[in-house]
Amino acid sequence: MTEQKNSRSHDLLLVIGGEAGQGLVTIGQLLCRALVLEGYEIVVVQSYHSRIRGGHNTFSIRVATSPVEAAATRIDLLVALTEETVAAHRPELAEKALVLVDEAWKLEGEKLLAVPFAGLGAEKVFNVAAFGVLACLLGLQRGRLEALLDKTFGRKHAALLQENLQAFGRGYDWAQKNGAAFEPLAQAPQDRGPRMVMNGNEAIALGALAAGAKFASFYPMTPATSILLTIIAHADAMGLVVEQAEDEIAALNMALGAAFAGAPALVATSGGGFALMTEAVSLAGMTETPVVVIVAQRPGPATGLPTRTEQGDLEFVLHGGHGEFARLVLAPGSVESCFELTRRAFFLAEEYQTPCFVLTDQYLADSYRAVPPFSVEGLEPVRPGSDPRSVSGTYERYAITGDGVSPRLLPGLSTHLVVADSDEHTSDGHITEDLSVRAEMVRKRLRKLEGIRRQWLAPEYDGPAAPQQLLVCWGSCRGAVREAARHLRQAGKTVATLCFEQVWPLVEERILPVLEQAGEVVCVEGNATGQFARLLRRETGFAMHRTVLRYDGLAITPDYIVDRLQASG
Amino acid sequence: MVDSRDYGEFETAWCPGCGNFGLLRALKRALAACGLEPHQILLVSGIGQAAKAPHYLRANVFNGLHGRSLPVATGAKLANPGLTVIAESGDGCMYGEGGNHFLAALRRNLDITILVHDNQVYGLTKGQASPTSAAGFVTKAQPRGVFANPFNPLAVAVAMGCGFVGRGYVGRQDELIELIARAIRYRGTALVDIQQPCVSFNHLNTYDWYNARCQPLADDYDAGNFDLALRTALESGFRLPVGVLYEKEGQAVFEDNFAVLKEKTPLCQRPTDYRQLAAIIESYT
Repeated sequence: MTEQKNSRSHDLLLVIGGEAGQGLVTIGQLLCRALVLEGYEIVVVQSYHSRIRGGHNTFSIRVATSPVEAAATRIDLLVALTEETVAAHRPELAEKALVLVDEAWKLEGEKLLAVPFAGLGAEKVFNVAAFGVLACLLGLQRGRLEALLDKTFGRKHAALLQENLQAFGRGYDWAQKNGAAFEPLAQAPQDRGPRMVMNGNEAIALGALAAGAKFASFYPMTPATSILLTIIAHADAMGLVVEQAEDEIAALNMALGAAFAGAPALVATSGGGFALMTEAVSLAGMTETPVVVIVAQRPGPATGLPTRTEQGDLEFVLHGGHGEFARLVLAPGSVESCFELTRRAFFLAEEYQTPCFVLTDQYLADSYRAVPPFSVEGLEPVRPGSDPRSVSGTYERYAITGDGVSPRLLPGLSTHLVVADSDEHTSDGHITEDLSVRAEMVRKRLRKLEGIRRQWLAPEYDGPAAPQQLLVCWGSCRGAVREAARHLRQAGKTVATLCFEQVWPLVEERILPVLEQAGEVVCVEGNATGQFARLLRRETGFAMHRTVLRYDGLAITPDYIVDRLQASG
Repeated sequence: MVDSRDYGEFETAWCPGCGNFGLLRALKRALAACGLEPHQILLVSGIGQAAKAPHYLRANVFNGLHGRSLPVATGAKLANPGLTVIAESGDGCMYGEGGNHFLAALRRNLDITILVHDNQVYGLTKGQASPTSAAGFVTKAQPRGVFANPFNPLAVAVAMGCGFVGRGYVGRQDELIELIARAIRYRGTALVDIQQPCVSFNHLNTYDWYNARCQPLADDYDAGNFDLALRTALESGFRLPVGVLYEKEGQAVFEDNFAVLKEKTPLCQRPTDYRQLAAIIESYT
């Protein structure tokens, strides 16, 4: 542990642990909303087993009075909905931690606050009674929380609301009398304005809607499914067609059919599903059909750890699909970026008529944060296809052009005929085995990379020039890396960070000087083999001095990085 | 007035005598009979000799991956319900590699037409068994004969409630033109399995073999009778009757379930409502 919290009430970690089905996500989400309404910042980590009932799941909320962008590891307040939770998390408890347990378990030991749950309500509302206790311990306003419960349960059932309000009130009252052992949270600034409680997947869904997506297809797969569920919830209002396909092969082929016919389209999946999609990725490259593919990573190989996190599919997404063609891979490092980069992916996919990827992972997918509402001011949707009036003479779908991008007419919207082919084809789209045409078409398709490179999203550099240590990362571990750098700076080192949100293509001549000016360059990523470090070496010739890797299914945290850097020197 | 010559004549990569020629000819005539201009049509195919057919007539074309014509056709139809979408490929592509999509397409019942070149053999890969090859059919890949039973697409389609199920034969042009035209006009998913010889690799199912078996259904055949249709589809051996085996009008089509498709406006022409989006964003605060 490197971080010394001067006053833990400004930055604490609250963990709710229990079995699937005990309602811990419900109270977790309620707490998030309550905390954000009161002006706090949050970072949520959800860890769950691949099952619907039982197992051991946690919903962790890091609460702070000032902005935070990474998960914490020392638990200040643990809510144990099962006995197993207490034992499982004891090693992670901070010195002054408090553990809420059920009095009925008759546990003895330090740091325990035994709550008489049986007296607070029926077993099915234990979670809400615990929410009441927590709310009081944290010093949250009672009235605001009751209004929140009303909003959550009121719509469903009046009786249900009453039972929950009662359990909440009893929990709150009990804590007021018995729970003084915990120092409440310091008040957060009240001038933060309205903020959303949003996770990465919801932001990706809204980014797609903001881009004017009109078609989505999917086959359910954790941790990507909630992207589609969010889109489906708003599909009628926003005018989308969403279809659950028979498999991932169909999902991407369907999206390509829709995109060919003009609908801005996306699919979302995880590694195993993406494996099935790869032939169609190549089809998108060959037919020059725009499509956005979201890959939410989880640990493999094969089924791996279906509900945990990893950044193990970078190389897979870089190379998935046979043959050579232009692609673009974006990897958001925050909830805000999930929105922005998904939007961007739609525009780039359309501009270059090629597949664009958004690479996220379970940690970011499920991580709720307090985010200022996205502005729709001045937003424009993607404009699919080219204007038929710009075509003179016979239309050629794959006309050879200087930038490799051909006019893309949409079938049925003019009298021109649009011919797309997965075989090598002549400029009018028809199958050919003329090898000089082949060579010319390969060059045309790959020329698109030059334009994509010109619109490169440069990595974000933060810290002093020529630092002793440069921490390099990509995607979701951005927050952890930036916070780790702050800790290291406090310890007297000059440290900078370089966070990539576009991982392909890379513009090597703009990366190499940044790497060369640092004393030691460390690549931090969530996989076992250092895939991004290897990619950077391949593209720039620069070998990282060290790597900090994580592949146990958990998210990279600032402590994890600092501990490893200090341990090895 | 559309004429079948409007669809053009092209040089093909097919063997002389291939059943594909008869199918292509009938398809052009059926399209003309339906009064469809080339730009109103989208032909979606997979891979194989049959799947090259869309290159040999004037229309919009998406020639995709082996086995995947139906998902592409589904996406395109949903994106632009005004298009006449025809998925067209061989028996290996539709029933083998694309088998799961075939079942899913029959379940969905979009207003699309499925034309299958069924020659009981793989042509482009030089003569291996296909899903419809008869048990015992000998090839270089199956030297002791095919062990598995053949797939019966018509019986499967009838059993799944597909509202238009027909069998055609390239050697009976008039009936085939009529059958394809009816399938295109039918509102819902229409399956036409088209028997045809492969003159290079199938020396069992020859023109003579088909001529003996592919006779029109009786004049008084009742295509609205499900039980009869299923029995007829299950017939094998010396009778492979051609015509509409089963037809059921008035089935709800898949597209109708989407409010945004009610007016058949292509999705790409629908506006993006940023006031709605702002309200959605607001709901997260």
